[in-house]
Amino acid sequence: MMSVIGKYFIFLGSLFGKGEKLSVYWRRFMEESVGIGVSSIFIVAIVSTFIGAVSCIQTAYNLVSPIIPVSTVALIVRDMQILELAPTITCIVLAGKVGSNIASELGTMRITEQIDALEVMGINSSSYLVLPKVLAAMFTFPMLVILAAFLGIFGGYLAGTLTGVITERDYLYGIRDSFVPYNLFFMCIKPFVFGFLIATISSYQGFFTQGGALEVGKSSTQAVTNSCISILVADYLLAQLLL
Amino acid sequence: MIEIKDINKAFNGKAVLKGISSTFREGEINLIIGGSGTGKSVLLKCMIGLIKPDQGSVLYNDRDFYNSDKDTRQAIRREMGVLFQGGALFDSQTVEENVRFPLDMLTDLSAGEKKERVEFCLQRVGLEAAGKRMPSEISGGMKKRVGIARAIVMNPKYLFCDEPNSGLDPLTSVKIDELIKEITEEYKITTIIITHDMNSVMEIGQNVMFLYQGDKLWEGINTDITKTTVPELNEFIFANKLLRDAAKENGSK
Repeated sequence: MMSVIGKYFIFLGSLFGKGEKLSVYWRRFMEESVGIGVSSIFIVAIVSTFIGAVSCIQTAYNLVSPIIPVSTVALIVRDMQILELAPTITCIVLAGKVGSNIASELGTMRITEQIDALEVMGINSSSYLVLPKVLAAMFTFPMLVILAAFLGIFGGYLAGTLTGVITERDYLYGIRDSFVPYNLFFMCIKPFVFGFLIATISSYQGFFTQGGALEVGKSSTQAVTNSCISILVADYLLAQLLL
Repeated sequence: MIEIKDINKAFNGKAVLKGISSTFREGEINLIIGGSGTGKSVLLKCMIGLIKPDQGSVLYNDRDFYNSDKDTRQAIRREMGVLFQGGALFDSQTVEENVRFPLDMLTDLSAGEKKERVEFCLQRVGLEAAGKRMPSEISGGMKKRVGIARAIVMNPKYLFCDEPNSGLDPLTSVKIDELIKEITEEYKITTIIITHDMNSVMEIGQNVMFLYQGDKLWEGINTDITKTTVPELNEFIFANKLLRDAAKENGSK
């Protein structure tokens, strides 16, 4: 376990070794941003809208006391989305989508000697292949989480008003009530950290794959598992430190 | 010229290479042959810097690869061209982009100069019409030829080929062999080929090294290989029935 962690940190160090031309990295960064960020918009939108809808319905189901205003449902949906559901659930979904993609791509490159071909040309393969992915994840994940939070709150609005558990007026009042701007900052810090963890852990798993197709599959699965565990641990630590 | 001196390598206590030494001269095709699992690919990877030997040195025109500073190692790497067994083409790039890749990464040539060089290399391997295709859309033989084009695009001094004929039909194998031979002679490159294809040995090989269980058992020129008395080498060469029958007719066995 300790040797794996050590190897992981050495791998992180190699990302910042001798690099190539800036124009090359810029092009790779843009390609990865499209592949990691833009292609994830649909799944993030679907997941967050439905999670927002469900959280509104279930919160309303539990808030049966007549002394608690109905607008509290919207307040709870808002804070749940911003503080936890949008950043964490979105990033766990992205760990599955993006993480497995990164691990299998790099694993396949490893077993087909494409990474060896880069090394033999004198190119720092970890920097060339992995650094743009890490930067793209850290750049696009906060944007996806902002989108997820918005759509989650909107999903709650749709579900609440269409089912009649809350009026539009109460919902709009609730989402503005006792709003703490710092929560938005906290919401953006989480995906920044989670993006780094997902990209680096998945890249590590894929980069050091040895064997054949079976091992690529194992690397991909391991990447998702390890990424999810890291996200949950980091989630707790960030909450403890920043709140 | 490439010199390897006393190369030793072991994995998990098992010796894979035991004191291999040799000299590979420029302008010649040097073959390393042997059965599967005898250490040929490990030796190649030690020479191109992918696996560090436990002991020994690899000298490129008197520059010790493993005991040089980073800049010298980089300079040596940029003089190498490597054709991997499966081609190792980048799946997300077209044939043209694959061949242009070293120029994009390692040179400051203009777009026009790169285009010219890429077109020349693709023409050299007979694939000038395949530039826009993806690696998944071309055959195994074509992938090997694209790999050769990419390996020579930087005008290398040293060309390494890891089993260039594996998975190819006999006709395509002959074409690949001829292409490697022409390029070696034309550009005076030091070429090293890992193979167990006896046809390549007899047709294009000049200097041949035979490895057996990590030891160098024989070294010489290809015309002498059928006259050797080394039993392991005889068994390897004459495992092929065609060669065996031909040798019997010629009385060389």
